[in-house]
Amino acid sequence: MTTPRFAVDVSAWIGAYPFRELPHPDASILVRVLERERIGRAWVGSLPSAWHRDPAPSNAWLYAQLAPHADVLLPSPTLRPDWPGWEGMLDDAVSRGAPSVRLYPMQLGVGSASPVLASAARACGDRGLVIQLTVRFEDLRQRHPLDAAGDLTAAHIRTIVRADPRVHVIVSGAGRDLIEETHWSLTPAEHVRCFWDWAWVWGPPEDHFAHLIDTVGSDRFVFGGFWPLRQIQAPLATFSLAEAFLPGLTTSSADHILLEARRCSGRF
Amino acid sequence: MPPTHLIDPHAHFHWAASRRDFARYNASRLSAGELIGIDVHVASILGSWGQKSPTYFASPTDVSAGNDAMYAIADDAPRKVRSYVHVNPNFTEHALREIERGVSRGAIGVKLSASRRADDPLLDPIAAEAGRRGMPVLHHVWQHRQRDWGMQEASDAVELARLAARHPRTTFILAHIGGGGDWAHSINAVRDVPNIYPDTSGSGVDRGMLDAWLAAIGARRLLWAADLTLCTGLAKLHALDVLGLSPDDLDDICWRNAMRIFPPDSFPLA
Repeated sequence: MTTPRFAVDVSAWIGAYPFRELPHPDASILVRVLERERIGRAWVGSLPSAWHRDPAPSNAWLYAQLAPHADVLLPSPTLRPDWPGWEGMLDDAVSRGAPSVRLYPMQLGVGSASPVLASAARACGDRGLVIQLTVRFEDLRQRHPLDAAGDLTAAHIRTIVRADPRVHVIVSGAGRDLIEETHWSLTPAEHVRCFWDWAWVWGPPEDHFAHLIDTVGSDRFVFGGFWPLRQIQAPLATFSLAEAFLPGLTTSSADHILLEARRCSGRF
Repeated sequence: MPPTHLIDPHAHFHWAASRRDFARYNASRLSAGELIGIDVHVASILGSWGQKSPTYFASPTDVSAGNDAMYAIADDAPRKVRSYVHVNPNFTEHALREIERGVSRGAIGVKLSASRRADDPLLDPIAAEAGRRGMPVLHHVWQHRQRDWGMQEASDAVELARLAARHPRTTFILAHIGGGGDWAHSINAVRDVPNIYPDTSGSGVDRGMLDAWLAAIGARRLLWAADLTLCTGLAKLHALDVLGLSPDDLDDICWRNAMRIFPPDSFPLA
């Protein structure tokens, strides 16, 4: 591969989606897509596990699927912090080299005031695991009638970020409104631990991405492609259009976020 | 390989009555369009965009004023911007007069939004007039509308197909397959309706969407477009590039189909 455009894609999944057919959502295909788009590696979750009651079998499947591609694909297993034995799942994730865990409060029916969110934040902060949140998988207007979870709220994000000064959070799939509501409702010490991808942020002519770069700062953003649900070309296109008008535009590195999370945990 | 040319048949602009930063917005569309390689934006302004009357139920006064603002933008960039004439079919006489006035001001298509259900008989005189003049009708579509949503009387592809069946000599552009709702539903609704040309615009960039549409209707009926989000327009251009299309197919989608369905000499392309 020539010089990667982005070192890491933090928002990738493999596996089937319950509500529509996705073309070949397989690890081997993801590796080819990353190569084609000049993206170095990906943090990868199990897509179907977002709707599973017990994510353990799906996490085991995820580890097995990614093992042949361990140099490119890193596992981000799914965490269900209201399930017996969930802390053991975190220890397993650490031992397998996972940089992060995926937490889906809306799909689990966990409210923003639930104590399990703070527990999850403390446990992940203690282990140097980044928490990844997903605002949505599909546009609200096209969802299946049974996909009634609703979008992640700023209140959920605030609860997690505020729960532990060591926890680092990456939020995928937010639009301008949610990013602004969350960012400006956190202290500077809190929002430096909260990162966003721009897969659902609009570029020109509304220029929401450029506006956010100007206001909340480019260092709050990290690349996420939303594969296999959405065309990975979308955030690349948004970036390239902004880059043309913002020379030298850079964003945060997922590797740096992970290093910070591990440093804060005191375990590494 | 990029297409030889690029026409965006689903663009919008703003004006002083619709938003305070209209000049910035319009400049952003044009400058991003330059980066993407858009040769011509075919655009409309929907009245006051909700400032004085609802976007999708624009008053006749707002319809006319918005159209005038659109013609002024096109006049300023005649090789880069062409106009639709936007009409509200609830005011039939006004709509027909606007079409006549629009043609005299250089409009090359008719824009219908969500003011009246697409299969309502009120749309017949408008569709007939567009067909008589050889102008395509760009119709706002909610893909698989399962209920009514506020501030609009949106139509889905099934309803547009009924109108298209009544007017086989009129060409219809089914707006934004990525613009909200279930695009897979629309595929089956218009697959066998040859005078409906879906456009790819909208913020939706679902994987599999372009592949599925191409498999169903082929490259000769699909129109590349951007609508409100040029970023996802560029993404779809890049996605088309990796689908393995022939250069001919890519050119059909990106500009030649538009050349075929708009009036002759609408676009100053070599």
